Formats: sequence, structure tokens, C-alpha cells
Amino acid sequence: MKRDPLGKLALGLATGTAFGAFLQRGGASDADLIMSQLLLRDGAVARIMSTAAAAGSIGTHTLRAAGATELDVKPFQVRSVILGGVAFGAGMAVLGYCPGTTLAAVGEGRRDAMFGLLGMVAGALAFIRVYPHIKEVVEATDLGKVTVPSATKTSPWPWVAGLAGLAAAAALVSRVRAAR
Amino acid sequence: MSSQGGARWAPEIAGLAIGALETFAMGTAKRPLGVTSAFETAASTLARRLAPQASRVNEFVAKREATPKIDWEVLLAPGIVLGAFLASRASGTRGSTLPDAWRARFGESRGKRYAAAFCGGALMMFGARLGKGCTSGHGISGTMQLAAASLAFDVAMGVSAVLTAKLLFRGGVR
Repeated sequence: MKRDPLGKLALGLATGTAFGAFLQRGGASDADLIMSQLLLRDGAVARIMSTAAAAGSIGTHTLRAAGATELDVKPFQVRSVILGGVAFGAGMAVLGYCPGTTLAAVGEGRRDAMFGLLGMVAGALAFIRVYPHIKEVVEATDLGKVTVPSATKTSPWPWVAGLAGLAAAAALVSRVRAAR
Repeated sequence: MSSQGGARWAPEIAGLAIGALETFAMGTAKRPLGVTSAFETAASTLARRLAPQASRVNEFVAKREATPKIDWEVLLAPGIVLGAFLASRASGTRGSTLPDAWRARFGESRGKRYAAAFCGGALMMFGARLGKGCTSGHGISGTMQLAAASLAFDVAMGVSAVLTAKLLFRGGVR
């Protein structure tokens, strides 16, 4: 099997290690925090994700404007994306972790996440077995690697500012609520 | 609600750290963070070793138009386990096994929780590979790039997850 050079693999391990530490310190590896988000009783997980997306968006688009990176987006295969999102959401609600936080929870020593991890391997094996039979149907409508700015022929910056605004609003609302 | 000891970072601090890490990844590896394609690579490698006939893994690889490869992203997954292990050790916050919300609704049975976690994990991963992403790959990485596929995935995932959780925990917690 093909491999990246060792230096790039080491970079991946280091980047993943930082990611796992940040998820753990933010409390995202706690199933109770995720479940209370999904039950709409607490907004911490949405705040982590929206702040991460906003900060990453500013960073990525700045790098891109400087010619230091290129976007790397997924194709918009409408049926795959919608069906995948629905199955993903339902599974995540039962498990109480998402894929990254399952791995973080395993690192934290949570036994239920270890069973979730085994289930994830089983799910990936099932996908490999099923995919050849469903490919033509689920990938029938492919809109390509479009982004909102590319589809609307607009600058990315107003949209980046929109993401930042959403994250800031979520932070503000939580502070006002906590103060009451 | 929390069974942990040490002080957690505020959600915005954790979010800023992850956003900075995404920027670092885009600048160095030229790729955003993602978790589940590593599972696809691992599963196809496993299938090829253990049961190449029964799993029809060759048919999968031919149709997927992406050859499995041990790359930067595959190494993120063990990194996440390691990083969370080190952070939980350093901060004295090792996790418990039965989430409070689960215990309040379904009781003390560990077997029930483990069985549900296995099934939930399987369905979640199937959905992730069908949709080509997860809460990281679409939810953060795709959203920050303003990808149309990711924004659609975010909505489908969010609605499905909230409805499922509301049904599952109906009347159970508090």
C-alpha cells in the first residue's frame, strides 16, 4: 500500500495529538455534554464547533489569499450527503459521541466509547460491502466541489464574516444567559 | 452533569484552539482535519487481509475512485487518542463509563449501554462514509471552507441527531 513520507506521517500524528488534547480540554469527549447539546439543553458543543469553523475560516481564507494553501472540499453528491447526514446524526445521538470525540473518549479511558469504536469499524466494513451496490443511485446527482462563494460568484469574505458573527452571537447569548 | 474534576476550557477557547489547528493543517499538510476516512482505509486493509472474497473489497476499491493509502489523515486518528490520553492524565480528568443522561433514562446496565454504543457507532460511521465526512470533516473543516456539501450535511446531521435524541430520551432526563 502507498504511504506518505515519514515526516508527513509524523506531522499527522502531532496534529492529531493536538486535536485530541483540545477536544478533551474543551469537554467534547464527555457524552453528557454532547447529549445535552442534542437535547437542546446546553450549547457548549455548538459553541466549540462554530468558533472552530469561524477561526478556521479566517485562517484558511487568509492563507489562500496569500497563495499558501488551496481549498480542499468534498463533492456535493446530493443524495449521499443528505442520507449520510441523516444516518450519521441518528447514530451519533445513540452513541453520544461523534467520530473524533469517540477517539478522544477512548484516550480518556471511557469504556462505552471503546464499544462505539468497535461499532465504527463494523460500520466502515459494512459500507465497503454495500457501496458497490448503491454507488450509482446515491451519487446520481453530483453538483461537484462547489462552495457558497463559487456557486454565487461572490467574495468569500462576507461569508467568513457571517460565520464569525454567528460564533460571536452564540458566545454572547450564552454569557447573557449565564448572567441571569 | 460533569463527572470530571479539572477545570475545562471555555467552549470558545477550545474552538479557537481547534480553528488555529485547522489553519496550521491547511498551511502545512494542505489538508483540513477529518477523522473517518482513516476508518475506511483501515477497514479496507482489514477486509483485504482477512476476507478478500466475502467482503468484495476489490470491487469496492475499484468503484470508490480513491485508493486506500497510509497518509497524513490516517495518522490523525491515533493522534487524537494519544492527545486526549495525555491531556486527561495531565489534568486529572479521566472519564467515566456510563453517561449521566443515559443512566437516568436506561438505568445501570453496562451491557445495554455498550450494545447501544456499538450499534450507534456502526450507523454513524456508515453515514460518515456515505456522506464523505463527519462533525470534523464536514461540520468544521467543510463549513469553514463554505463548502455547499458540508453545509447540507450539517443541516441533515443536526436535524436527525436532535430528533433522534429527543425520541430516545423522551421524558427520561430530569
